[in-house]
Amino acid sequence: MREITYREAVREALREEMRRDPSVFLLGEDIAEFGGSYKVTQGLLDEFGPERVRNTPISEAAIVGAALGAALVGMRPVAEIMYVDFMAIAMDQIVNQMAKIRYMFGGKAKAPAVIRTQGGTGRSSAAQHAQSLEAWFVHVPGLKVVQPSTPYDAKGLMKASIRDDNPVIFLEHKLLYAEKGLVPEEEYVIPLGKADIKRPGKDVTVVATSRMVLKALNAAKDLEQEGIDVEIIDPRTLTPLDEDTILESVKKTGKLVVVHEAVRRCGIGAEIAATVAEKAFDYLDAPVKRVTALDTPMPFNPKLEAFVTPDEDKIKRAIRELVG
Amino acid sequence: MAVSEIGKDKLLHMYRKMGEIRVFEETAADLFMKGRLPGFLHSSVGQEASSVGACAALRPEDYMTSTHRGHGDIIAKGATLDRMMAELFAKETGYCKGKGGSMHIADLDLGILGATGIVGAGLPYAVGAALGFKMKGTDQVVLSFFGDGGSNTGAFHEALNLAAVWDLPVIFLCHNNQYAETTPQRVHQKIKDVAVRAQAHGIPGVTVDGMDVLAVYETTKAAVERAKKGEGPTLIESKTYRFMGHFVGDPGVGIYRTREEVEEWRKRDPIPNFRKVLIEAGVATEAELNQIDQDVAKEMEEAIRFAEASPEPELEEALQDIFVES
Repeated sequence: MREITYREAVREALREEMRRDPSVFLLGEDIAEFGGSYKVTQGLLDEFGPERVRNTPISEAAIVGAALGAALVGMRPVAEIMYVDFMAIAMDQIVNQMAKIRYMFGGKAKAPAVIRTQGGTGRSSAAQHAQSLEAWFVHVPGLKVVQPSTPYDAKGLMKASIRDDNPVIFLEHKLLYAEKGLVPEEEYVIPLGKADIKRPGKDVTVVATSRMVLKALNAAKDLEQEGIDVEIIDPRTLTPLDEDTILESVKKTGKLVVVHEAVRRCGIGAEIAATVAEKAFDYLDAPVKRVTALDTPMPFNPKLEAFVTPDEDKIKRAIRELVG
Repeated sequence: MAVSEIGKDKLLHMYRKMGEIRVFEETAADLFMKGRLPGFLHSSVGQEASSVGACAALRPEDYMTSTHRGHGDIIAKGATLDRMMAELFAKETGYCKGKGGSMHIADLDLGILGATGIVGAGLPYAVGAALGFKMKGTDQVVLSFFGDGGSNTGAFHEALNLAAVWDLPVIFLCHNNQYAETTPQRVHQKIKDVAVRAQAHGIPGVTVDGMDVLAVYETTKAAVERAKKGEGPTLIESKTYRFMGHFVGDPGVGIYRTREEVEEWRKRDPIPNFRKVLIEAGVATEAELNQIDQDVAKEMEEAIRFAEASPEPELEEALQDIFVES
């Protein structure tokens, strides 16, 4: 099987869906000639033209609003918001309009829009360009939230997101774009709401998201030398969350570590820990551990950035504390 | 525009719609003050010409968005009083199955893309709907209502700019009712005419007398034609007045505006004025218009009966319509 990057995987999904369905189109800042600030949409203008690959003004509320309105009248827009941090500017259109329109209107409308964006640390992007804000969107009923960690998942989940009849927040990671992985040439779609066991194991369950899946896999490889067998679950979509796969794993291992790059307070880790406490308490042999960013804005200084961000060592330490 | 060019049917339809709005708003306010409606209400009494003139220039297949003060706009676009009232009563037969309420009434089959309770928030997705129509190659247009208060939001400017650069078939219609909730226009913006903000975005801006239904109709019709021809958006400022307070229960006089000011505007009440125009132009007789008034009153009574007799939604309904189930 061929290897492609995460960036190419997202692009392939966009291209294939645009070829398949003329109602799919792209809009966002600098996405046309420039190909997007992380080059995900590079080359798509040439194939699909400026009607379907639309550069927008720097107007995040209008970008999301335009996607929502177009979706309401039968289009399938995929909007790019350059950084997840900039979603803050569009939050009314996302939270009060897009997420709720179907419900408020008594089920009469549907809004099949995808809002793609990227987040994460690791490039000294500082406090306004490096956040992990997935929990904001998980907290809003009416939004689906997708956070792929591999090229294979990114492609299959993007295709499912575009075909879904609901608004989907699709969260990429800036440091995953160059990561390579096996992606088949043939068509495939990964249904939303299905977790993936990235590494089977028997001693401890690690639920990790986005780039932290890679970190957890590295940590597991090291711990294997120490005789600790780690099971790693990537939920892949946070809404809907595949609780069953997580609970099954915890019932098997009796121990849970949740790893995410977002800050700890009210992060997705809190939700997963609470779900396990509610539904699998009797199976737990030890308290749940969370490995997350510290509760600070992201500092610019590379050493400080690394200090507040979770990594392999912090994951290993947490696992050893549980298993050791 | 001479009344003869519009035609009797359309003129009487406009008269009827204005009457429906007035009666609906007054009835709803009365029911609310008696404690019979949950939540809260924003009345559009006084703005009937602005709502009806604008919507009369739209075809059934055209879309519109409205605001927290949206009953009038929505009735003008074709919503019926029974399902409107049922929604205010939070009943299953309401336009939103009792889950939206006064501020969120929508019916996509009627081209009503919904009211929103967030000031200024309807404009961006109205622009999106216009983008969708343009890309699909239909000649449908979208009209987005908002107020002078909404014209101070970032969403307003982002929406106008985007619609302008993409030449989208959208009409931005500002009910300038002189107040952003309780704050008078002179306090909340330096400009006198909201229409001048069109210049900032390179699109036409027109100010029209919002108490004159025919003036609003004519102005909107021209903007619709422009939009259909692919010439892009227009900003229309319809100068009107909110006869009642910001919300039902706000006396509307005494704290932030004077009784004299309200009385002055009431002299320009758009409904008796339009009635006079129709009679003087020989379009309709007193008797014909009285008959319409009676029909509207009867429709209102039936709407209340319908709403009262309708069931409340089942509790399970709270869990429906969050997502489209595949």
